[in-house]
Amino acid sequence: MDFLSLLSFLTFFLIVASVYSVACLGLNMQWGFTGLFNVGVVGFFAIGAYASAILTGPDYPDTLLGGFGLPVIVGFAGAVIAAGLAGLLVGFVTLRLREDFLAISTFGIAISIQLVALNFSRLTRGPDGLYSLPKPFSGVSTSVLVDNLFYLAICAVSIGVVYWGLERMVRSPWGRVLRAIREDETAALALGKNVFRYRLQAFVVGCAVMGLSGALYANFVGFISPQDFIPIFTFQVFIMLIVGGSGNNLGAILGGVVVWALWSGSGALIAGILPPTIQTQAASVRIVLIGLGLVLMLLYRPAGILREKRIVSQEARLPDGVAGGRAAGPGD
Amino acid sequence: MLKVVDLAKDFGGLRAVDGVSFEVREGTITGLIGPNGAGKTTMFNIVAGHFPPTAGRVQFDGHDITGMPSYKSFARGLVRTFQIPRPFAEMTVLENLMTVPQDQLGERFWNNWFRLGAVRAEEREHRDRAVDILTFLNLVHLGEEAAKNISGGQLKLLELGRALMSDPKMILLDEPGAGINPTLLGEIVEKIAELGRRGITFVIIEHNMDLVMTLCERVLVMAEGKLLMEGSAEEVRNDERVLEAFLGGVAQEAD
Repeated sequence: MDFLSLLSFLTFFLIVASVYSVACLGLNMQWGFTGLFNVGVVGFFAIGAYASAILTGPDYPDTLLGGFGLPVIVGFAGAVIAAGLAGLLVGFVTLRLREDFLAISTFGIAISIQLVALNFSRLTRGPDGLYSLPKPFSGVSTSVLVDNLFYLAICAVSIGVVYWGLERMVRSPWGRVLRAIREDETAALALGKNVFRYRLQAFVVGCAVMGLSGALYANFVGFISPQDFIPIFTFQVFIMLIVGGSGNNLGAILGGVVVWALWSGSGALIAGILPPTIQTQAASVRIVLIGLGLVLMLLYRPAGILREKRIVSQEARLPDGVAGGRAAGPGD
Repeated sequence: MLKVVDLAKDFGGLRAVDGVSFEVREGTITGLIGPNGAGKTTMFNIVAGHFPPTAGRVQFDGHDITGMPSYKSFARGLVRTFQIPRPFAEMTVLENLMTVPQDQLGERFWNNWFRLGAVRAEEREHRDRAVDILTFLNLVHLGEEAAKNISGGQLKLLELGRALMSDPKMILLDEPGAGINPTLLGEIVEKIAELGRRGITFVIIEHNMDLVMTLCERVLVMAEGKLLMEGSAEEVRNDERVLEAFLGGVAQEAD
């Protein structure tokens, strides 16, 4: 493989990994920090993707909305807002439920969102999908590689902004209440915290970030249809978060890259070493392999590659000179 | 300070609390005793707002707080601890305390983006208060330890510390002495007495009679959901009915 094709492959790989990493950051806010078992990640990802597609896409025949052709940045903002509003609505209805019921209802909602995308053709063009979605800077050069490098830069900036914003939110008294709710909801209530309000806030922020992830995907691929939004996406994101380190934002980003590398790498490996006659069956092997990896991870490093920091807020250290004040040790 | 009128609570067919009325005066330490299943913890749960009563009223500090959710009664200065400690296990001892103060600037997430300086200044105040309380409770050396790593007795102190962080008017303690070695128990008793002298009102559920006799001016006795009697520690100790409620089955067999 020559240098240029390696570079193109790496760029492509990292862009897709970034999409996953952003979704992981959103889920980390909900599951990692607050303990909200949202099994409908793909639904909010889909809402973000469609919102950006409708805002930035060309005029399609026979649709109610569209032809706005707005700049991609507006599409991204629209995706964040649309997914956040959807999160507000869904969260308001479901977040009073116990966690297993929350899981079932969010799963159902994600399926419903996909069914709406499939059947509400006047908005989404159903199975035909929305196509010719613009990429920013695509007029600058005729080379796909240059386009993709630009897009990768946009992904990197997105991850950076989301990471900075989330860290700043979470390493704080607010993040501390989220962790308290995750650890013991009853005690948090007894200590005067309005648990529902915090759960709703964390849920909405997480959904908004998932929406951004969907927009990054839609404008990169340039074509979306309901088949892109199936439940396995949710499980991939969960696996990435658990492997990377639930409760750690760097871990969430890392998990997206590492697991996507394993996922696409195992696909290439299977295609390379197995005879063509059993290729289709062998595709399932990689789901088995990922499952095996997850089990090993849970057995030997349950906290993930990067474990969460024990001290939540930056000021919550014993002052110097107080008995027991100590240098940061393992787990801090 | 706390007034309970004709309180009742049904769980299905079971009447766990049955028409209980009593009053707790400000600045006192009151014991609530009774055999297992007498309805003591249910009483706490109702007063602290974990569930509403089937009938009756609860007044705190001149306000009706019947059925008020616990996060609201907490804001009025009424705190409870749990029989089985409920720490935030994966958080440090220090942050378990720092979580408590109400309406922290940094609890509104946007302030962490736009007013970080003010948030941090407030955090340092809360930290210093938490360090003072931990020092008072002899827990400060464990400040940066995860709550899941400290002993059962230390967890009881941690619960007390969390309650103190809120500047409470009244603390409901559910079995502060259960499962604690005598040395640490003596320490807990001493801390509660000291806090009582500082003006905090306590109601304590406890089976350890030594603790009750040492600390409590007044004692309420519950049995089978009803208030059996109330009186000074001395009166309660010498009361036939109390003896019978605790040892009833045995006494009858001996007849």
